[in-house]
Amino acid sequence: MKKEKLGILGNVLMIVCSIVIIYPLLWLLGASFKSNNEIFTTQGILPKEITFEGYVKGWQGIGQITFSRFFNNSMLLTVPTVILTIISSCLVAYGFSRFNFKGKKLLFGLMLSTMMLPNSIIMIPRYIIFMRFGWLNSYKPFYALALFAANPFFQYLLIQFFRGIPRELDESAYLDGCSSVKILTSIIAPLAKASIVSAALFQFLWTWNDFNNALIYIDSVKKYPVSLGLRLSIDSDAKVGWNKVTAMTVLGMLPCVILFFIFQKSFVEGVAKSGLKG
Amino acid sequence: MYRKTKTFTGISKNQIQGYYYIAPWLIGFLLLTVYPFIISLFYSFTDFDMFTFKFVGLENYKEIFTNDDTFYGSLTITMIFTVASVIGKLSVALLCALFLTRKSNLTGFYRTAFYLPSIFGGSVSLAILWKYLFKTDGLINGILKVFSISRVNWLGSPDTALFTLILLPLWQMGSPMVIFIAALQTVPKELLEAARIDGAGIVSVFFKVKLPLISSVLLFNLIQQTISIIQFFTPAYIITQGGPIKATYLYSLMIYDVSFRNFRMGYASALSWILFVIMIVYTIILFRTANKWVFYEDGD
Repeated sequence: MKKEKLGILGNVLMIVCSIVIIYPLLWLLGASFKSNNEIFTTQGILPKEITFEGYVKGWQGIGQITFSRFFNNSMLLTVPTVILTIISSCLVAYGFSRFNFKGKKLLFGLMLSTMMLPNSIIMIPRYIIFMRFGWLNSYKPFYALALFAANPFFQYLLIQFFRGIPRELDESAYLDGCSSVKILTSIIAPLAKASIVSAALFQFLWTWNDFNNALIYIDSVKKYPVSLGLRLSIDSDAKVGWNKVTAMTVLGMLPCVILFFIFQKSFVEGVAKSGLKG
Repeated sequence: MYRKTKTFTGISKNQIQGYYYIAPWLIGFLLLTVYPFIISLFYSFTDFDMFTFKFVGLENYKEIFTNDDTFYGSLTITMIFTVASVIGKLSVALLCALFLTRKSNLTGFYRTAFYLPSIFGGSVSLAILWKYLFKTDGLINGILKVFSISRVNWLGSPDTALFTLILLPLWQMGSPMVIFIAALQTVPKELLEAARIDGAGIVSVFFKVKLPLISSVLLFNLIQQTISIIQFFTPAYIITQGGPIKATYLYSLMIYDVSFRNFRMGYASALSWILFVIMIVYTIILFRTANKWVFYEDGD
């Protein structure tokens, strides 16, 4: 039997829906090139007159701290967090998918159950732990949580993929004298590249967009990531000028958009895989 | 060389190595999850300002239940918000998934468009966009004006502010949508054809064939989305700050204020535990009733 077709009416409906969904984002992009008195007086996307004022003035930031600082900080926060997450979740996923050890089932169950634990319950004690370490107002709490694989989502995602890699491959490598580390780095990881890319993408987006943790852990403006910098700028947006805020908001979204369009396929596959039994 | 009947051979024989590989998680799990989880219960029985403890027994819980109107207000609002957003989000996601599993040359485009808002998660950027869209002179009112509908004070009026926030997760329904699509694609075509030959229309094919076959995925999405939406924080913090007159004072905002503004860590821990218990009860009810409405294809 052929696949059900969408039909003309269905296509028209979907096109209308797509426009409705994307329009606000395009409006924001357009608004970042509009003059301040045009932003809230017209509904169109294209500016009557293109101005870069929002970008030029917005980039200068707040006080003496420019947006280049905020972007730098966001990269310093996000990139090591992503790398540490990938390393730790590969190791843990490898351990769970390829080794047999006492208590494995129980530990695996416990790991999955922490996905259902509301963050608020562990947020305060974690804050106090990091405070005692003297790690407040630094990115160390983020690195530590990544290094210790605190978000089980990534292990879960990778385990789903690792299990799909035929065991015969690593068995024969083992018989050829490969060490277990070598099997992970030269057989499993290359074959699971797509899933590792999608895990990295998710962690990048989540860390880049994260506001809640940044709000708690970072308090000096010098160390603010983009999210906190943006919040500062909207506190006085009417005075500051709308187009500065819209321009910086667009820049804040840009890394996510670029990554999404480059890696769209592994992205969508990652989401789909996370929800289905592997 | 290897025997297929035996599940674990070769490297897997080595038990100790397994522990080495899971060590990063295991250490983190004990120090950064289990310990905080237990100590948070202990905090909830204390007066704790981050530096000094005073054991107060059930005092915090007593105050919450008998003498804290903010708690009841916030809990009610959070329940309304969560139920409406979860049901709305999953309905939109499922509806879109049903359309997108049909054949069309533009499927790739639709999928990208529908998923795009989801990549911004709970970011400040997105909250700012939402604020500007629903400003009194924002885009939404501007479009309504074209249809000569008068201005609505979306964010400034207690009657509409919560509704405006409820719409946000509906716009970001990408991940449950993609999961539904993946599930719908596993529905055997023979079944659909058989149903159609028997004269079933689109609606009854959906309710009698597709829905039962994706019910386990529906359960997964339901639990995952409830957990994420009940913790909805950034947009409410940025856009409305809980206002006007606490109409959008979600539970997560209350916990944040109590802990990181008033430094009542003990009281905030008690509030968190109440939310946690509610979540547990909800999840247990879902799983207990699941065998009545979730259709499992195979034994595992």
